[in-house]
Amino acid sequence: MATLKEVKTKISAVKKTKQITKAMNMVATSKLRGAQQKMNAFRPYALKFADVLGSLAEKAGEEASPLLIPREEVKKIHVILCTSDKGLCGGFNSHLISMAEKFAKEKSEQNIEVVFTNFGKKGRDWCRRSGFQILGEHLGIVGAKFGFNIATVAGQRAVDGFLDEEYDEVYMVYSEFISMARQTPVMQQILPIQPIESGEKKAEDEETPYLAEHICEPSTNELLGDMLPRHVYVQLYGALLETSTSEHAARMNAMNNATKACDDMVDALTLAYNKARQSSITADLMDIVGGAEALKG
Amino acid sequence: MAGNIRLEVVTPETSVVSEDAQIVVAPGALGEFGVLIGHTPFLTTLKLGTLRYKDANGVEKCVFISGGFAEALPDKVTVLAESAERRRDIDVERVKQAIKRAEERLASKKPDINYERARAALLRALHRLKITEIRR
Repeated sequence: MATLKEVKTKISAVKKTKQITKAMNMVATSKLRGAQQKMNAFRPYALKFADVLGSLAEKAGEEASPLLIPREEVKKIHVILCTSDKGLCGGFNSHLISMAEKFAKEKSEQNIEVVFTNFGKKGRDWCRRSGFQILGEHLGIVGAKFGFNIATVAGQRAVDGFLDEEYDEVYMVYSEFISMARQTPVMQQILPIQPIESGEKKAEDEETPYLAEHICEPSTNELLGDMLPRHVYVQLYGALLETSTSEHAARMNAMNNATKACDDMVDALTLAYNKARQSSITADLMDIVGGAEALKG
Repeated sequence: MAGNIRLEVVTPETSVVSEDAQIVVAPGALGEFGVLIGHTPFLTTLKLGTLRYKDANGVEKCVFISGGFAEALPDKVTVLAESAERRRDIDVERVKQAIKRAEERLASKKPDINYERARAALLRALHRLKITEIRR
């Protein structure tokens, strides 16, 4: 049986842990709200962009931009891995990393080299441990405040490398925010750009076919050539926002569970403490009674 | 005037302008163009520069635009820009600092500097400053 003092120290330690997890939960909640607002602010832009791009892509041919043409032989793949900088968010990072790991393994078996760009420290650390080549790392972005320019810089690099034939495909792994309780890792090919269809459905709903009689300046192909790299940035920015929001949601849940676990532990320990106290009182009483009996005798 | 045209300026981070305008003048890639209500559908990329418009009361307003494109429809102009700022939101002090920083970077001639980016930053900052100096 643990001594009274030991149990008491343990209880106060668990209570302190609970204070921390509770505080982290609240911080994550408020950050989550901010991240969600950012996602909402981005939505009109993303929708409009997809609309215009979709109908433009329909008009222009595949030859409009080298970004649209799949390479015959894929030798090297660039993966943009979005994870968080910090832990304590449940299985959030390990899910993302295991997805990337599985993908990398599959490709290595086909003799395709896989290189990484990392958003977030957890993914970078994993890349280092596993010995993958790291093209670039961006720390302190996911889960923090960041602007569109981050996506532009990283996206530009990905596009440049693709055009220079440094690698033949670019994928990104990020966490999609489905609900407070659910975030799923997603893998998406961003280069070469897959045929874009998002605008099509919408166009059918409208009375006039969208963009059918638009005048384009400069030419359709030039416009498309200008917009496609931006499409990559937009996707990347969206992925970063999703990952950030997911991280906060995951941390919120993890910390919520931890707080509950702390409560359970405090309950169990208090019980143990009371039992220990009771038994020590009983022992004391026995001593006293025993002593009194001895004196009498 | 037949009526007002809806103007929307959206960036990935926020919606900058959403109001009715009498006329919109934007810096297109092939030259500045004006849009009134009933414009033929038109799509163009935009240069770094100033978007000007007259609001429903005829007050002229300016918005700084960088890296974007515009779509004009008969009743609506949508501008998607990587960054956009209304004149009144431009912080002159910050812009001046940005200019100084960019100039220093360009002048320093260190090999590890991305000249393209520094130059672009300088251009953007100069444009912002120009907008604030336009007569009100």
